[in-house]
Amino acid sequence: MAQIRKDKERVTPALATSSLPDIIFMLLFFFMAVTTMKEVTFKVRVSPPSASEVQKLENKSLTRYIYVGKPMQVYTKSFGSETRIQLGDAFADISELESFIISERSAMNENDQSLLTVSIKADKDTKMGVINDIKQSLRRAYALKIVYTANKTVVKE
Amino acid sequence: MGKKRETAEVNASSMADIAFLLLIFFLVTTSMSTSTGLSRRLPQPLLKDQVVPPVDINKRNIFIVKINSQNQLLVQGEELNVKELREKAKEFIKNPNNDEKLPVKSKVIIPLLGEMEITKDHVVSLQNDVDTQYQAYIEVQNELVAAYNELREDLSKDKFGKSFSELDEDQQNAVQSVYPQKISEAEPKNYAGGGKK
Repeated sequence: MAQIRKDKERVTPALATSSLPDIIFMLLFFFMAVTTMKEVTFKVRVSPPSASEVQKLENKSLTRYIYVGKPMQVYTKSFGSETRIQLGDAFADISELESFIISERSAMNENDQSLLTVSIKADKDTKMGVINDIKQSLRRAYALKIVYTANKTVVKE
Repeated sequence: MGKKRETAEVNASSMADIAFLLLIFFLVTTSMSTSTGLSRRLPQPLLKDQVVPPVDINKRNIFIVKINSQNQLLVQGEELNVKELREKAKEFIKNPNNDEKLPVKSKVIIPLLGEMEITKDHVVSLQNDVDTQYQAYIEVQNELVAAYNELREDLSKDKFGKSFSELDEDQQNAVQSVYPQKISEAEPKNYAGGGKK
């Protein structure tokens, strides 16, 4: 039933904003896809070393992180300024590392347990003595796949 | 029903605000950075009463890299700059002229490539001091990995005419078995006297 409209009564419509939410949602989904949740709040200052031959970490859900560095300014009073290890959200002693890895692994799906990767995020000024201790603990905990976190540098020719 | 009634539209003007709020929330709580790193495999742990069997590796098959507490390198008994390490390591792994001092070459049949002479028993041994800086250690690791990567790249260009990353899986495996990555991170030794040996 065609109805004849009265064209005279037409007014200029307001700017159509109905697509704005869609655009924003698109942005939202984009960011949700490309970013990852922050793993933890850092309590130690970590600026990773740089290397040119780095590979991308493949499976985030199979990776556990060990942070090594000097405590942040806020914590220096209670934890000193020596290099410390952070596991999860808290400072930890090197002796706790083995049990941490074992409990993390037992919390994982049985099929994935052998794929557990430990990523060592250490500050570039860390002494190797600390790293050696970590490596020995990881060996005892049978967490043999490790990754030394490093930032990618541009290859100089 | 003759009248034309306009259905009231759902007020969607606040939708944008809600979406913005969510967007900002995600921007704040997430991080863009993807983790990258050098992956390594640690050796099996030693059991308590296990005695380390005497290593029966021909001396010419070992490439010893030592880093001291001043981050200086000692490669095969001579002081070296980090930048020179890559070439040195490549020469060691490849042993192009069948040098007496470089690792033993043996003939191995590799699928897709046929018979190749490779230094299959070579080991790169990386030893560091307790006081070595982590950055220096990573740099050395990086150079060693780079040496392997460059050799593989050369070989795949030579044999397949393509870059290593463009090869299919079988070809990559073949190239990898010509140059297997053998970097051993030694058992830590505690050097007396503040690590200065």
